[in-house]
Amino acid sequence: MIPFDFEYYRPDTIKEATNTFQQLESEGKTPVYYGGGSELISMARVGNLTFHAVIDIKNIPECKVLEYDQENNLVLGSALTLSQISESKLFPFLEKTAGRIADHTMQCKITLGGNLASTIIYRETVLPLLLADSRAVVASQDGLREYPISQIFDQRLKLNKGCLLVKIITNKGFIESPYFHIKKTKNEKIDYPLLTTAGIKVGGLLRIAFSGLYSYPFRSAQIENILNDSIGFEKRAEKIVDAVSNNILNDSNGSSDYRKYVLKNTIVNVLETMKDV
Amino acid sequence: MFILKGKSLIKLNVNQEDHEVLIRPSDILLFTLRDQLGLTGAKPGCYNGDCGACTVLVDGWPVKSCLMLTAEAIGKQIITVEGLENAPVQKAFIEQFAFQCGYCTSGFLMVCHALVNLHPNPPDIVIDEWLQSNICRCTSYDEIGNAIRQVLSGTYNKE
Repeated sequence: MIPFDFEYYRPDTIKEATNTFQQLESEGKTPVYYGGGSELISMARVGNLTFHAVIDIKNIPECKVLEYDQENNLVLGSALTLSQISESKLFPFLEKTAGRIADHTMQCKITLGGNLASTIIYRETVLPLLLADSRAVVASQDGLREYPISQIFDQRLKLNKGCLLVKIITNKGFIESPYFHIKKTKNEKIDYPLLTTAGIKVGGLLRIAFSGLYSYPFRSAQIENILNDSIGFEKRAEKIVDAVSNNILNDSNGSSDYRKYVLKNTIVNVLETMKDV
Repeated sequence: MFILKGKSLIKLNVNQEDHEVLIRPSDILLFTLRDQLGLTGAKPGCYNGDCGACTVLVDGWPVKSCLMLTAEAIGKQIITVEGLENAPVQKAFIEQFAFQCGYCTSGFLMVCHALVNLHPNPPDIVIDEWLQSNICRCTSYDEIGNAIRQVLSGTYNKE
């Protein structure tokens, strides 16, 4: 049971959503955009979050789109559930990533936008999007604007107040690139990552991104430069561990030393697996 | 735009019948089903989406009703375990003794029923993925797995 009252709005258009947000703000209320709602409900239930209104975006057609456009870009609405994306089979790399977030039934509720905007530090759906140079369409009072995902996602989703993440656009060429996704957890299969390592190979070069290594997911040009160096696999892995070692998480999921050990082995495995791909 | 403020009378479609219920926008579907409609098959467990005891079907897909606002369910078709009525998975659960205390059973039944309907011929990995959404503290996992496989293979007792 949520121990406070709020108002519920279910707009049919983007304009209604952003106008409602602004209107509520001007009345001194705290609105939140609402996708799957699993995180908002669990946080509200235990008193970690309060709000005066939820704006449920699941009735907005642009937030539910799931199709290729005429320029061979896959367009994914922010209110799509992870299972809708997986069942579509249109983005295997994202499907693989989404399939390891929470459990299957939760994947029927968690939305793409909700995972990207999560307060929980892992936000794993961003990994394929960062690697595939996806673009995000964001709605504000001034209309729609398109941004490279790396511009609005730096450690976490960074949108101005009242702005709504509408959809994610990804070029088919990146979607069809060879990929890997390795999620290591402490014990159970369904758990937050000890270390999730994801990557694709584009133009003969590997791209790589991580969740669970730092207190935020990230892709790093510095690490990719080392990864694509011509020195031996072991050396490359050691250099990568050295490069990231200052910020590695040290928590109940695993010590920073253990994460370094897992990272090094994962990098070597990735290099061996992807060398002939 | 649909708006709900304060206590309101709304219409919910549950088990293929329309019901009028009085809700607050912050009400959770699990409690509306149990307290207002007397449908106590969906069980409160962790309240946090972890255990799956409260699973119901929303437009055919399994959803943990402890993490769904009742307001979100307006316009959707909700099926609870009371709406299954001798579904093949229920028969197979009995045949395979796929429960002990029974608290988790309705949640497992809903997941299994959805899987049979949505993926009639799933590979083992898909069965495992779907079943991992629910927890059975009596550890009847083998029997539950046997029951769903019996339904999928059509070998349960149809009498």
